[in-house]
Parts: sequence; C-alpha cells; structure tokens
Amino acid sequence: MKQGYFEIIENVALTRDVFRMKLQGDTSAITAAGQFVNIKLDGFFLRRPISVCDVEGEVLTIIYKVVGDGTHLLAHMSTGTKLDILTGLGNGYALEKSGSSPLLIGGGVGVPPMYNLAKRLIAQDKKVTVIMGFNASNELFYKDEFEALGARVLVTTVDGSAGIKGFVTDAIAEAGDVSCIYTCGPEPMLKAIYNATDCPAYFSFEERMGCGFGACVGCTCKTKYGNKRICKDGPVLCREEIIW
Amino acid sequence: MVNDNLNLKVNLSGLELDNPIIPASGTFGFGYEFAELYDINILGSFSFKGTTVSPRYGNDTPRIAETASGMLNSVGLQNPGIEKVISEELPKLKKCFNKPVIANISGFSIDDYVTACRLIDRQEQVGLIEVNISCPNVHNGGMSFGASAQAAAEVTKAVKAVTTKPIYMKLTPNVTDIAEIAKGCESAGADGVSLINTLLGMRLDLRKRKPLLANTTGGLSGPAVFPVAVRCVWQVYNAVKIPIIGMGGVSSAEDVIEMMMAGATAVQVGAANLVDPFACKKIIEDLPRVMKKYRIDDLSDIIGGAH
Repeated sequence: MKQGYFEIIENVALTRDVFRMKLQGDTSAITAAGQFVNIKLDGFFLRRPISVCDVEGEVLTIIYKVVGDGTHLLAHMSTGTKLDILTGLGNGYALEKSGSSPLLIGGGVGVPPMYNLAKRLIAQDKKVTVIMGFNASNELFYKDEFEALGARVLVTTVDGSAGIKGFVTDAIAEAGDVSCIYTCGPEPMLKAIYNATDCPAYFSFEERMGCGFGACVGCTCKTKYGNKRICKDGPVLCREEIIW
Repeated sequence: MVNDNLNLKVNLSGLELDNPIIPASGTFGFGYEFAELYDINILGSFSFKGTTVSPRYGNDTPRIAETASGMLNSVGLQNPGIEKVISEELPKLKKCFNKPVIANISGFSIDDYVTACRLIDRQEQVGLIEVNISCPNVHNGGMSFGASAQAAAEVTKAVKAVTTKPIYMKLTPNVTDIAEIAKGCESAGADGVSLINTLLGMRLDLRKRKPLLANTTGGLSGPAVFPVAVRCVWQVYNAVKIPIIGMGGVSSAEDVIEMMMAGATAVQVGAANLVDPFACKKIIEDLPRVMKKYRIDDLSDIIGGAH
C-alpha cells in the first residue's frame, strides 16, 4: 500500500453514468490485476474504493459508475485536479492457475478490472475470452478495447439489445473449453457462475469498507478457511474457500 | 524527538509515554498494517483490537456507514479470542512494537472480564489494561456495564482484584451522566478512565427503506463527535482525580491540545487512522509546532488547564 497524490489527466463519460478517469502518479504499489484504490474526496469522511481498470507506467485508469454523492462529485472533477489516493489495496487475481484458455466474466462495473487482467494474461500468450454482461446496449462499454488487446469478446444484455439475450451465464457454453474463470460483478452473478461451472475460479467481492487496508475489520466475511477481510485478504476469493 | 527542549512526555499511572498519542482500539488492529507504512515505535502507545475470552466473528455486514464528518461501525468486537491474542498476536506485535502496549478487554459477564484481564495482566508487553464497558454493538454486555455507576464499579472491583497493571475503564457517552459512572469506577479502585466510546446512532437506506447497517444501530465516531468527547472529558475531569485518556474524533495536533486542556492526560486517535493511515504520525510530528504556537513547553502542564 502507498499513499500518494494523483493528477486527473482525463475524466470522460463512457455511458450515461459510467465514467473513465485517468490519473497520473506513483503507481508502483499496484502489483496485480483486481486490486483497488481508495480515493479521498473533499467533504466526505470515508474514502471511495474503486477497482483498478488499468495501469501503464505512471498512468492509473479507473472506470466508475455514479451511484451516490461521492461518485457524483468525482464525475464533475476537471483535469488538473489532484486526488489523495491509497494504492495497491487488496490481493488481486492470481494468475498461476489460469491455464491456457481463461475466461474473464465482468458484469456492469465489474468489467473494468478484467481489462488489466486480460492484458496480463494475453502477455503470457493465453487464449483469453471475455464475457461482458449489461442490462441493455446503452450500458455497454469497452468491447472494442478488449478486442484491441486480442481477446475474444462475448456480450450479453438482459433485454437482448446487444449480443446474447440473457445473463453472463447464458454465454459460458459459447466460450468453449475454459481452463479457469476470473469474475467480478454483483454477488448474484458471482453465485450463478459458481453454480454453473466447476473449473478453478476466482471471484471478486464487494463490501462496505471503513479503511480499505485491513485495520477496521468492517468488511469481514466468513470463508471455509476462517474470517477474511474483503479489503485486505480479498477482494478476490477462490472457489474452494467461498461459503455462499 | 528533541525539539527546543519541548517535553511531550506524559505519565499514565506510572506508565511513561514519549508522547500522548495512542491509536484507539479497533482502528489500528494489532498494528501490522500501519507498521508496513511507518515505524510505529514513534507512538506513545497503542490500544489493540478489543479482545474477549472467546473468539468472535462480530456482526453481519454491512458494518460500516458514512455520516457527515464521521462514520458508523457495528463491527461487534470481532477478535481471535484472548488465547490466540496471547499466543499469536502479541509475539508478532513484538517484532514491530517495542513499547508497552495497551490491552483492550471486553466481556459479557463479570467472569469474562476477570478471566481475560487475569490472563492479559501476566503479559510482559502489556503496560496498561483498558477495560471496555462501553461497546454499543454487542447485546447482553458491553455497554450495559458502563450504563450504571454500580455495574461499572462491580466490574472495576472484580478486575482490580486479579490484576497488577493499571486498570483504565473505557466509558460510554450514551448515559445521562458520564461523571457519575467515572466516580463509580474511581471509588472501586480504577487507576484511570478512558473516554469516549462511540455514540449510538443509525442511518437508513432510502431505496430499501431499511437500516443501512445489518445490526440496525452502530457507533458514531469521527470529527462529528469531537465536541461531545471534549464535553465528557471536561465533566469527568471535574468529578474524579484519576487520569483520563481522552478520545473521540481527534484528528489534529490542535485537537490533542484541546482534549488535554479539557482534562486528558493522554489522547487516543481513532477513526482518523482509517481515513489517513498516517494520521498519528502526522499529529506527533505536528505537535511541536502547535505547542510553540500556544507557548506550551511541557504538555503535562496543560492537562486540565482550561478549568
């Protein structure tokens, strides 16, 4: 973990309420895909935990959805603004068991962390398939960006306005042989994936956090291997340890 | 820290601290996360995560909710239990903290407090025992002992009978008259009092039309409670002669001075650690500047100085 100041170099809307922010600063504490950062915002007591979409040299990319007052403020910030950010939080995805054809599944704003993960896996010459699930086509983002990395992309929408009609689990059969699953999204989606598959799998969880670095134990969950803090021992848990 | 002959040392019932800054229990774990960031030996001491006789998972999540200038928590005393704290956490802590630590102990019955305090009292690393009779997040215990002067005195007396180290009773502000409770502790032999624990509060989720916290209520902390804490320390200072550890929303060196002038001998920093992991370090480094600004040579001189 590191604390540092990052300068906003881009803050653009990808959809009606999903934004991409690029920040410049010391990214050296970010060591794995699936980690998150915790952002201090003026006027709010607690920091805002946001997953890392990508990191490239000194540039950190986050993609966030406006859901409350904090993210609303974030969406209105201009380039040049400096933000106090804790980086390198959480365990991130382990790549060791990815096998030759990993499947990455993101639901909504669970899609962003899959980007840096796809990049890392493709750099290891893995055959990466990405399933991205949304409610409707107007929520879709980053399909082209994933394809530009060299990933095969399957889109699902609940209303059928883009890609396969249905949930991400409806596209798993189409992905073909899967050696390992990496996923991030709403908990019901994670559970459906867990139940629909039996290969090695990693699930990224969300919980309301106090500190984001393990001190307050506000975000503890029970696992088969004892209590774990989502912020510090997670947010990624592997299939073997999860208790639904 | 040598700084133009400024004296930051304070004394808690014989336990000398290099400075009055103590991270508050439950906001600093057992210190490891912070030891990765800076040398935590700069602290006066620290109060470790509230420990009970048996291991506890605590309450269901969500356990955290934000408020204006603060937060609610309903962790509910998650801890590995006294035996594991002694066999695993204390030896691990020894590697990153070489000063006497404050042991924060909770319980659900007088027997619980006695058992845990007796065991922790024998630990060489422990310099002082802070007995939490004020947790708002557990049922049948915790705060109920801190809600009457008589019950607080009973716990104090029972714990004093089995310990040799200074006993500081941690008090709740969720009472009609905190000074009365403090007097009860003092008369039963407490070496000091520690205050305030969090204020009982709650928030609602408007979409779900339900409480935000799974436990319904939680404890409010952060800058929002600082004035309440100063008032409580002030009232307790007027009522007892034993030392006070003041806490509640402290987030700057100025807050520390204010707490001490109200009557605190040492000051704990809680919620601020969660937002800024360097909060205690920054306060300690800033204290000499603020002391000079208010022409304070020796911090011990200002304890209760506003009365």
